[in-house]
Amino acid sequence: MTTITPDLIALHQLTEAEYQKIVSLLGREPSYTELGIFSVMWSEHCSYKSSRLHLKKLPTRGKLVVQGPGENAGIIDIGGGYVIAFKIESHNHPSFIEPFQGAATGVGGILRDIFTMGARPIAVLDSLRFGPLDDPTVGARNRRIVEGVVSGIAHYGNCFGVPTIGGECIFETCYNGNPLVNVFALGVCKKDEIFYAKASGIGNPVIYVGAKTGRDGIHGASMASAEFTEESKQKRPNVQVGDPFLEKLLLEACLEAMKTGAIVGIQDMGAAGLTSSGCEMGSRGDVGIDMDLDRVPQRETGMTAYEMMLSESQERMLLVAEKGREEDVFAVFRKWGLDAVTIGTVTPDGLLRVRHHGEVVAEIANSALAHEAPLYDRPHTRPLAVPRAPSEKPTPLADHTIALQRLLQSADICSKRWIWEQYDYQVRTNTLTVPGGDAAIVRIKETGTSVAMSLDGNGRYCYLDPREGAKLAVAECCRNLATVGAMPVATTNNLNFGNPERPEIMAQLVEAIEGIAEACAFFEAPITGGNVSLYNETLGEGIYPTPVLGIVGLLPTRPPIPTGFQSEGAQILLLGGIGNSNETQFGSSQYAKVIYGTLWGLPPALDLGYEKRVHDAMRAMIDAGLVESAHDCSDGGLAVTAGECCVAYGASISLDSALAPEMLLFHEGPSRIIVTSKQPQKVAGIAQEFRVECVRIGVTMKERLQIRNREQMLIDNEIAHLFSTLEPLLFPNGTHLHV
Amino acid sequence: MKAGVIVFPGSNCDHDAWYALNQIPGCTAEYIWHENTSLANIDAVVLPGGFAYGDYLRCGAIAHFAPIMSAIKKFAAAGGPVLGICNGFQVLVEAGLLPGGLIRNAGLKFRCEEVRLRTETANSPFTANLARGQVLRIPIAHGEGCYYADDRTLDELDSEDRVAFRYVENPNGSLRDIAGILNAQRNILGLMPHPERACDPLMGSTDGLAILQGLLSAVPAAR
Repeated sequence: MTTITPDLIALHQLTEAEYQKIVSLLGREPSYTELGIFSVMWSEHCSYKSSRLHLKKLPTRGKLVVQGPGENAGIIDIGGGYVIAFKIESHNHPSFIEPFQGAATGVGGILRDIFTMGARPIAVLDSLRFGPLDDPTVGARNRRIVEGVVSGIAHYGNCFGVPTIGGECIFETCYNGNPLVNVFALGVCKKDEIFYAKASGIGNPVIYVGAKTGRDGIHGASMASAEFTEESKQKRPNVQVGDPFLEKLLLEACLEAMKTGAIVGIQDMGAAGLTSSGCEMGSRGDVGIDMDLDRVPQRETGMTAYEMMLSESQERMLLVAEKGREEDVFAVFRKWGLDAVTIGTVTPDGLLRVRHHGEVVAEIANSALAHEAPLYDRPHTRPLAVPRAPSEKPTPLADHTIALQRLLQSADICSKRWIWEQYDYQVRTNTLTVPGGDAAIVRIKETGTSVAMSLDGNGRYCYLDPREGAKLAVAECCRNLATVGAMPVATTNNLNFGNPERPEIMAQLVEAIEGIAEACAFFEAPITGGNVSLYNETLGEGIYPTPVLGIVGLLPTRPPIPTGFQSEGAQILLLGGIGNSNETQFGSSQYAKVIYGTLWGLPPALDLGYEKRVHDAMRAMIDAGLVESAHDCSDGGLAVTAGECCVAYGASISLDSALAPEMLLFHEGPSRIIVTSKQPQKVAGIAQEFRVECVRIGVTMKERLQIRNREQMLIDNEIAHLFSTLEPLLFPNGTHLHV
Repeated sequence: MKAGVIVFPGSNCDHDAWYALNQIPGCTAEYIWHENTSLANIDAVVLPGGFAYGDYLRCGAIAHFAPIMSAIKKFAAAGGPVLGICNGFQVLVEAGLLPGGLIRNAGLKFRCEEVRLRTETANSPFTANLARGQVLRIPIAHGEGCYYADDRTLDELDSEDRVAFRYVENPNGSLRDIAGILNAQRNILGLMPHPERACDPLMGSTDGLAILQGLLSAVPAAR
């Protein structure tokens, strides 16, 4: 029997006050196993104790929302009797420690969240942040992390059979010791075949299915304590190892078992494994769960109850079946070669009761674990102070053609083809887009509807102004959806921040949440779920506040609108207008990052009403069949966006602006889309209808990109020189690292 | 006309092949579980892409021991048409129904992209709808698609006109740019590219359709 000492409590990352609350809820001292159970359920990761208060500000209702936050994934009605389930999750810390497995198990975890609801995963997108590839001290390590993360995602998604169809990949020094790996997954199912993670029916069997339980991932979040090591005799790596083949079998077996009608509720064993699946299913159903650990399939011998309850072994699920129909479930899992064992029953007493070797080793009210978790209103002051002006006035490059080329070759902007070619983006034959565009689209074969998805975040903007930065990320996501003609319907978010116990970091979090809330409400894209990842700090250095938004839109299934120019002689229009900028806002641009090598000021100014009218106009133009191509004008501004459009054809662009040339070419004002059309009058007519600017700026042509302002040639280059990829940055010595 | 799509644990393009075949007028596709031992009432067989048994060992090395494989061998010996796509090609090679082997891509990475394939022979049911030299646009998605065989085997494939497709730009280091090959009886085709992904204009190409239609037209009249 382990004595609970103050040290042991601290090692479980519980405060003295939290421990006293445990004692008062139990009416006694907890056992060692119970302490472990509380520590994971009350961890930041599971309980959202620092963020919960503020997450309530997010809009969660909408006419298409079938399931909002609180389940494994959000669910949206797409019509025709079908729904989509989707969510985003982070696996930041594991991906730094062990990039390949960290990223792979990140994919595995979010896929289980989707299919535990009865939905077959049909799309994955990733939002990735790394330290700079050319960092003088840790560049080589950063390059290895990129390679490992990308191979890990490819390994898991490709084998499982879900297409990885898009995402984003950004490089900043603040991610050197703390890369971000956020994975979004989306699945589809019939509206009347949704499953929930809720236990019900007293006496019903609780069944464990999937992989065996090992000692891997115990206390993935925090622990490698002396006591812990003493108990378990050896240190185990805290990063779990994924098996995508097993997950594929688990998917097929679960979906098939659901069809038998014998399953009452089901939840995946993710963070905190058996503990969270047991107590969350119980608390949702307001029932108890009585489980016997001796029956749990085990990969190792001599595991303690503590280890089994806290193991984060992958590819496992817990389900409740109808009493008497166990064999229907077992037969399906046998067919797929998987373990399925009754390990407990649903009880009326509301307790999570855990037995091991004939003894009760834990007995806790499910509600105490799930609903009585601490809730903190952490002090928040003002976000970190940032410089509002450059330390010394920077000199723009005289040659704008060279500036454009440098931007197009920069890590954030260059083509990420090297990454997405390693992903099977077509399996399931629903992907209508090639990765790298503004939004990714999958068709739903059963309904004639397609789903468009976009992931966006901008740490630079949010660092300068978390509230405005978060609003801009929502706006960019919705704009990306508009460029393919999709209407945003719902949002998932991954809030990546530093240490919430620092008031200025907490302030970043609060401001960003409020910004997201305002923008999502405005665009009528309610939040249906997501994830909060805090303590993203290394050696006291926090990351930029990085909320990542994943917004889903709907459109009729039709050939997608491409981003690149499609023909010669098409009119180029800048929907939304040239926009405006100033020195303060220019400090947040990619130009400031790449050419000046610095960051200051404020993000671009956003007018939500104007932004939305631009989206509405864009969709109307596409619906009227007027649009050959459309590309969101964001990172790098007008010139970079035009450069990205010049794949097959070039352009001759003439502007008329009083802005300084570098600002005109490279400012990042929102609410702008480069559109090409053969019917510019009609396009202009629609823009007028929606009261937004739409400037005719040029015409597509062969081979060259030329941009003039008031007859002064600013940029003139062959389009063959514009395209650039990640390889030269990833393999600076010309040799490919072999994984 | 009934096409059977074999389902191994870990097959993940089975649904795609099933869907593409069912879109072809006159064809009904059904799934065949790897533990089955017969192919009764089946007119044509497709071994789909995926990662049979996880492919943790050599690709296809475990799948070729599946109970259904002896039925497929019998079916093929009787002249029934068999198409192996990607992982299906790897399984056919492991099963000895096609010569050579498929090893890790020369670039050591998984690659997913549309490639151009040159039709090398019209002398097979699968390619009868195509002209020699005709170039098709069909996607690949594999990590181990580099076709490898000794010179004698390669010469034999060439001299017997059994190379069905070559890559126009070789994406994986395959010897002699080989993308797909036939058996000596010309009723088995294995290829790394995915024709089932190129059967719908929405997916960017319909060039794979001719190959699937060829498979169906290969059904012997007597069956």
